Amino acid sequence: MMRHLRFIPFLALALLATSCADQRSHAQAVYMLVDTSGTYSQELDKAQRIVSYLLGTLKSGDSLAVARVKSRSFSEKDIIAKMTLGKDPMQVNNQKRAFADKIGTFKADLKKGSAYTDITGGIIQASEFLNETGAGQKTILIFSDMQEELDYKTVRDFPIDLKGIRIIALNVTKLTTDNVDPRRYMGRLEWWEKRARAAGATDWRVVNDLEHLERIFKGRG
Amino acid sequence: MDSWQALLIWPGNPVLSVLVLFVMAIPILYGARQAMHSLLHALFRAISNPLRLGSHWLFKTAEELRLRNKMVLLSHGREEISQGIVKEFDRVTSLVQRDLHGYPALQRKLMDEITRIEEDFQKCGEVPPPPPEWTKAVAAIAKIKPSGDGLVERILEDISDSIDDVYEKVVAEYRESSKKRHNILKGFMPFWRSVDLSLNRVDKNLNGLKESAAKIDEQMEKYTQINANTEKAEHTLTSSATTLFVISLLVMLIAAGGAFVNFWLIERPMEAMVGGSEYIYGNLQASYLAAMVIIFFETLMGLFLMESLGYTHLFPLNGVNNSMRRWMVWISLTILLILAGVEVALAVMRDMIVAADVALKQELAGGAAVAAAANVGWALNIPKAAQMILGFTLPFALAFVAIPLEYLIHSGRTVFGALLVLGIRGLGFATRFLSSIVRQVGKGTEYLYDAVIFLPLIIERVLVNRGLGTAGASGGRAAFPKRATSGEHVL
Repeated sequence: MMRHLRFIPFLALALLATSCADQRSHAQAVYMLVDTSGTYSQELDKAQRIVSYLLGTLKSGDSLAVARVKSRSFSEKDIIAKMTLGKDPMQVNNQKRAFADKIGTFKADLKKGSAYTDITGGIIQASEFLNETGAGQKTILIFSDMQEELDYKTVRDFPIDLKGIRIIALNVTKLTTDNVDPRRYMGRLEWWEKRARAAGATDWRVVNDLEHLERIFKGRG
Repeated sequence: MDSWQALLIWPGNPVLSVLVLFVMAIPILYGARQAMHSLLHALFRAISNPLRLGSHWLFKTAEELRLRNKMVLLSHGREEISQGIVKEFDRVTSLVQRDLHGYPALQRKLMDEITRIEEDFQKCGEVPPPPPEWTKAVAAIAKIKPSGDGLVERILEDISDSIDDVYEKVVAEYRESSKKRHNILKGFMPFWRSVDLSLNRVDKNLNGLKESAAKIDEQMEKYTQINANTEKAEHTLTSSATTLFVISLLVMLIAAGGAFVNFWLIERPMEAMVGGSEYIYGNLQASYLAAMVIIFFETLMGLFLMESLGYTHLFPLNGVNNSMRRWMVWISLTILLILAGVEVALAVMRDMIVAADVALKQELAGGAAVAAAANVGWALNIPKAAQMILGFTLPFALAFVAIPLEYLIHSGRTVFGALLVLGIRGLGFATRFLSSIVRQVGKGTEYLYDAVIFLPLIIERVLVNRGLGTAGASGGRAAFPKRATSGEHVL
């Protein structure tokens, strides 16, 4: 009997050894860019719904940040709210509640949209944030019509690095000019996809049907 | 294509070229016939012989394994029956010690009661003394016919009165005596009852002993059969082991279902304790492992509890004395109780987490429909209570897994042993079948070769038949040899 019990410390040690084996991060980090330029700022209700969905989906250890896209978006100041969920489920719920409140306040305070739309700046800021989190799954959600408009001083025409990051464009609305010539819309999306893939993004997807938000994370590993 | 063309004598007529080439090759093929036959024979033998050897080895191994399985099975059966006999003897011993121990006292009591009954019975037999002898004389006088004599009549009347008095006295005495005897008989009843009860008890004990003796006889019969290594005993034990294996497997599957439910009951709160974002290996979360460890620990404690109580014999606890066993029982039971308590707490925690999640989702969705639940508040407590009950009972239910586990392990040895023997035999048969096919293909190839060079072979046979080709026939193999039957291996 005692001979059998001798194996227990070895088993415990083996368990301890395996517990240190997996250094891979299983957490996921999501950075959501919300376009607040021009007329698109009226779509904020939908953005809030997406944030609610994200809050319901994310688990302990996951990170979420929501930032606005305005005339120049490469700045920490544009981050509306950010958090990394803790381990305690009750604490997690409180964090989520506080996050939702911040988004609500932002929506209520937003009076008018910005003149220009710096999506690239927002994406660079997002990739910096996501890489800092060290999460295993990194996703940038772009809630915008994907029409970038920069002032003459802003420089964004240089290669960007999005290695290991998925890009998902949400609610890409059609502009009046797109209705005149749909090729403009197709071309815009194609251009962004090409740019994202050239930057090393692992995936590019467009989700316009907000009734099926589960498609955002469909097929994630 | 070019090399093929180069072989043709007339490239424009390939059929004729091939035909001529074939005719030219026939004498060469005929000349090389013996060598080719030997080559083909050796080649196919090189394949079939190892296969046969392998098949032989497999059959031998299967037989050895079968014998070993039989030995283990019989030994296990012998041990089991020995235990059964010992248990039965223990029962008989305790029965004898408990009941037959009081037999002298019971016998004395019975004897006393019987003696008393006898005495009372004798008392019942005592009849009152008969009426005095003079009554006969009086009766004779009473028969005298009345003669009208006044004196005589008066005497007779006096006699009649005296007789009446005596009669009444005698009847009264008789009644008194009968009453006494009835009272004595009435006093018998408790003794009879006591005697009846005592005899019933004796009868019951003797019947119990008889049953035990019959069981021992039955077990001894099995034991004798096992000792004699009979086929019947082997078949009985194998069939019993298979049935036991299936039943144990079924029970284990049910227990696995219980463990699965238990796992999901405690996994969520475990996430809060060890961290939901921690991973041990691959996609295995730390909370999963923690929940599994608790379940395994409960099963382990159950195993120790059953082992200490003597229900199972998975570990060699022969050296452990009764006092230590009792300690083990109490320790494992206490740990099991603590774990059950922990599960109850986790069930409550799970309910709280789920409720908080639901509330958050409702809030995020717009904050409506929260008040509706207030009216049925008591109903909301049902799942919580159910979870708590499950949390408390499942660890104890899991503790009983030790019993089917023991049977599964013991019967599994027999079942897997039998399956292994069957598998090895099947493999042996397949190898032998393959070997036979290879051999037949070899022979077929030799016949095909002969069919190609049939013309010179016919000529050879004709010459041999005429007796001219004696030298040629003795030098080489005869054309169209008779099919060899001796020493050939046919499946």
